[in-house]
Amino acid sequence: MSEFLAYLIVGIATGSIYALAAIGFTLVWQTSQTINFAQGEFVMLPAILVLLAVKLLGVPIPVAVLIGAAAFVLIFGVGFKRAIVDPMLPHGVLPLAIATMSLAIIMKEGAKDGFSAEAQSFPSPFAADTVSILGTAVSVQFIMIIVVAFASIAALQWFVTRTRTGRQMQAAAQNPNVARILGIPVERMVMLTFIINAALAALASFLISPIYLAKFSNGETIGLFAFIAAIVGGFNQVRGALLGGILVGIFDSLAAAYVSTSYRLAVPLALLVLIILLKPEGLIGRKEERHV
Amino acid sequence: MTAETDTAPAALAVRRPGGRIDAALVTILAGALILWFAPVGMGRYGTYVLTLWLVMAIAVMGLNLTLGVAGLKSLAQAAFMGIGAYATGLLTAKMGLSWYPAFAISAVATFAVGLVVGFPALRVKAHYLAFVTLAFTSLVWLFLRNEQWLTGGTFGLPNIPRPTLLGTRLDDALSFHRFVVVVTAALTLMIWWLMRSPWGRAFLALRENPVRAASLGVDVRAYTLLAFAIGSAYGGMAGALYAPLVEFIDPSPFAISASFFLLLMVVAGGSGYLFGPFIGALLGVVLPEWLRFTGGLYLIIFAAIVLLLLIVCPKGVLGLAEQALGAVVRRFRRTS
Repeated sequence: MSEFLAYLIVGIATGSIYALAAIGFTLVWQTSQTINFAQGEFVMLPAILVLLAVKLLGVPIPVAVLIGAAAFVLIFGVGFKRAIVDPMLPHGVLPLAIATMSLAIIMKEGAKDGFSAEAQSFPSPFAADTVSILGTAVSVQFIMIIVVAFASIAALQWFVTRTRTGRQMQAAAQNPNVARILGIPVERMVMLTFIINAALAALASFLISPIYLAKFSNGETIGLFAFIAAIVGGFNQVRGALLGGILVGIFDSLAAAYVSTSYRLAVPLALLVLIILLKPEGLIGRKEERHV
Repeated sequence: MTAETDTAPAALAVRRPGGRIDAALVTILAGALILWFAPVGMGRYGTYVLTLWLVMAIAVMGLNLTLGVAGLKSLAQAAFMGIGAYATGLLTAKMGLSWYPAFAISAVATFAVGLVVGFPALRVKAHYLAFVTLAFTSLVWLFLRNEQWLTGGTFGLPNIPRPTLLGTRLDDALSFHRFVVVVTAALTLMIWWLMRSPWGRAFLALRENPVRAASLGVDVRAYTLLAFAIGSAYGGMAGALYAPLVEFIDPSPFAISASFFLLLMVVAGGSGYLFGPFIGALLGVVLPEWLRFTGGLYLIIFAAIVLLLLIVCPKGVLGLAEQALGAVVRRFRRTS
């Protein structure tokens, strides 16, 4: 039982990181119909940038984290929107989706050739202690990951629903034409979602890299789990992405412990297929309408 | 959101049925003839690269049917190639079967698996298919890697024999290359014929506007599934040629990234064009040979080329060529 609780907490912790990636993914999808196949690489890269800043500039870790996050948000938030999404969106969803696949390859191979093909350790901001919960020793790191991730998601939810800018952003996502008529700067709002996406990806990167190490190929699994989380929860809901992320994290953690380590990936995948077959709009998603 | 906003020109649909000799048909036959003689003097490795190009082109051709013609985003083509390659490898190397029945079994098996995997595509919106097929590719790869008793796991499957023709084994590079040329030409002709048939037109209608196609009496379910299954079978057949070409297979060329790569080849060549896959595979298979001096950077260069191509011309190399040709023709008409 105590073993089960430990796996459950690890699952919730990694799941809340997947949720961060999945929320960014859904936000960008909502406002610009961009299916970002590079989302996993978006989570892989910021940690690499930080390590690169330490290596090249010789700055201490906290400064490097700031530099890495700022550079990442600038290049893969603002730059991604300007250089790739804007020119391609008029041509439809498919070329853009494929462009993000190219981007994923470039980011992955770039991290491999430009930094390292080996997994690098990434410092954890949290103490390496354990605390006892219901008689189970739980690493403080996992507790802190859950706290930080949930606080960020709560702050985002507050921003989206309670502030003027956040509500404008929602309006721009739900109906850009009407939003434009109402005087909402839709373009700026779309840009804002790309910036938020990049920031969430950077946060996810800094939280997950101390556990999984920073490696160029990390994006594959993280991206897959973020997609699964987004679809399981409902493609068009922030709350859905949160629920989906945590479910995927728990499934993955329990599968690794109780099913088999070589097939642990299969369990979240089975969850995905099951959801798509039984409830394609996701657990708490809305059905999307179709135009002719 | 409209179901499919991307509309590549319907170049695959032959515009004049009957009457004049079809340019596509001539190109296929002439291309086969040139490729039959092309590797003379190219050496063993040059011939191998040329053959690999054709094998990949078959897989890309199948994906071109699913994506460029029926408008279905599939990330499973590498998995189908893997199934075909392992089926052929196991049947010929371990069970001593001849290549021909193994090829047929690979094609039928991937067609059947395509039907089963494609079924979710009927239930959900098109962009979900990408994720279902992504999941499928991961599962196939896991299976190939983990079930060592069957597939050899990461150690791979060695000693896959080349096919035999008229009692002689096609062991040297040139004769196997010519064998592949014939198979590729036959498979290209099949796609050419398919696109002229009412089925092909139904596929196009499906891509342009599924809802309208349905209201015109096209059975969307059946045709979606069919397009996906045929495309998958092409993946399987490409795998069945890949296994004897390389003579040793392991799970790595059939992973998710390979599926992304195949999709990029479709788009690079020009999705929806009959000869797009050959251009795309040329960029994906032969270009790395020319870029060897860059070391490991060729993947980045290829992806960057595709990205630029998509930004400049989302219809791929052949779309770009068609635009240029159109401009030349217009100028010519104006001056004459």
